[in-house]
Amino acid sequence: MAGTQTAYSRKDHERAERLRYFGDVALVIVGIVVVWQILHMLAGDVAISSPLATAIRAGELLGSASFWPHAAETAKALVYALIIALLIGIGVGTWLGAHKLSGAVAEPILVALYSLPKITLYPLILLVFGLGIEAKIAFGAIHGVIPVTIFTMNAVKNINRVFLRSARVMKLTAMQTATRILLPATMPEIVSGLRVGFSLTLLGVVIGELFSSHRGMGFLVMRAIGLHDVSTMMAVTLILAVAAVAISSILLYIDNRLHRRV
Amino acid sequence: MNRLTLIRLGVIVAFFGLLEILCRTGVISPFTMIPPSEMAIELWALIVSGEVARGMRQTLGNVAVACILAITVGFAVGAGVHALPRLRRALDPFLTTYYAVPFFVFYPLLVFIFGMNNFPMIMIGFLFAVVAMIINTLNGLDKIPRVYRKVARMHHMGRAKTALLIELPYAIPNLFTGVKLAVAYSFIGVIAAEFILAPGGLGYAISFAYDNFDNETMYALMLFILVLVTIINMSLHAYEQRLLRRQGR
Repeated sequence: MAGTQTAYSRKDHERAERLRYFGDVALVIVGIVVVWQILHMLAGDVAISSPLATAIRAGELLGSASFWPHAAETAKALVYALIIALLIGIGVGTWLGAHKLSGAVAEPILVALYSLPKITLYPLILLVFGLGIEAKIAFGAIHGVIPVTIFTMNAVKNINRVFLRSARVMKLTAMQTATRILLPATMPEIVSGLRVGFSLTLLGVVIGELFSSHRGMGFLVMRAIGLHDVSTMMAVTLILAVAAVAISSILLYIDNRLHRRV
Repeated sequence: MNRLTLIRLGVIVAFFGLLEILCRTGVISPFTMIPPSEMAIELWALIVSGEVARGMRQTLGNVAVACILAITVGFAVGAGVHALPRLRRALDPFLTTYYAVPFFVFYPLLVFIFGMNNFPMIMIGFLFAVVAMIINTLNGLDKIPRVYRKVARMHHMGRAKTALLIELPYAIPNLFTGVKLAVAYSFIGVIAAEFILAPGGLGYAISFAYDNFDNETMYALMLFILVLVTIINMSLHAYEQRLLRRQGR
């Protein structure tokens, strides 16, 4: 009897704790909006539109037919870039993780590439791929591929040797080893790589759209600047930021669950 | 020189050699890319003429300001937030998703508000770098084993003395990781900003050369930035690894 009682009170306690946590997070969001409102009052409508006006403009944009082709263009470029980054990253990462010497040779090179301002390469991409969506995809992919490679490499390198030995004992084929052993064992790290890769790929695609582009969310921001349309500019920025945070949070949730399971 | 470094050098030389051959044989047309050797010659000419120095002063100046701001503010905020566990827990989801927001969309807004000068570029570099410093400060302070703080208490150290003699030295490798990332991110932020919209600097010079079909200047400057940033980043990385090894982590 006493045992069930403590169990109940612990559950209550956990619930109260979680409520308090969400309350705190909500407070932080309120804080951000308040700071935004203050900045708006200091700078005026010409520079920063108020949170309310931005939200209303964002609602209008989301309801208008002319907005969606731009959102679709950005989403399409992002998805293609991510797929390319994942395929190359997982492939190269597996090789570098499995072959010790290649991994040791490549690691510092990957680290160097990771922290390079890749924007300097954008003109090269434009010259190779032209001014269309291909350039954006390629630019997004070169941003995303490196973290995916690094995470996959580390996952494969640190895989528990016993798993591989038991695969050999059970006479699994290479294909079976890959799908039944390697993939599940490296999944949590690959998802972590995907999460970081997603952020960087989106960054790459959007930078691509800010510079020499005629479609997409980044282009909408640049056009709004040209027209001195502050509320549209901020509304597009807001939509992009909220969408990015939402997707990233979902990936983070999956990431945490996978890591807990192992 | 050990074997790994030799192989690595070989890979890099082979890469540039291949590019050189592809450019020379016309597989890659000169309108797309000029051979690496010509980039180097062109770059030397730009350095001698002093053209690079002007852009470099502006870019490096902005990077330095952004970076120092990010390191000091990031450290102060990180240490402050670490002392307030409830605030820290509430901020955590924002810190982890921070880099998902493609920050450069704010840049046009900043130019709009502050005008076309160095300030918006410094702001972008700062915004891009500061959170890496905050996260690594928190990480460093998190990793201090409880036993170290107990030792401090046993020796009757005050708050300031504990921070200075125990916490700071232990957290230094992580703090340095923050510094390393802050430098790399400030570079990325400032150069990208110069690229999109700017009154000057190396990124602007590249984008200007691109608009004028001046491939020689463009590739020479690209090579310059990539080599410069790689040297800076790799030195910081090497020093960080040494710090980590010294602590036996």
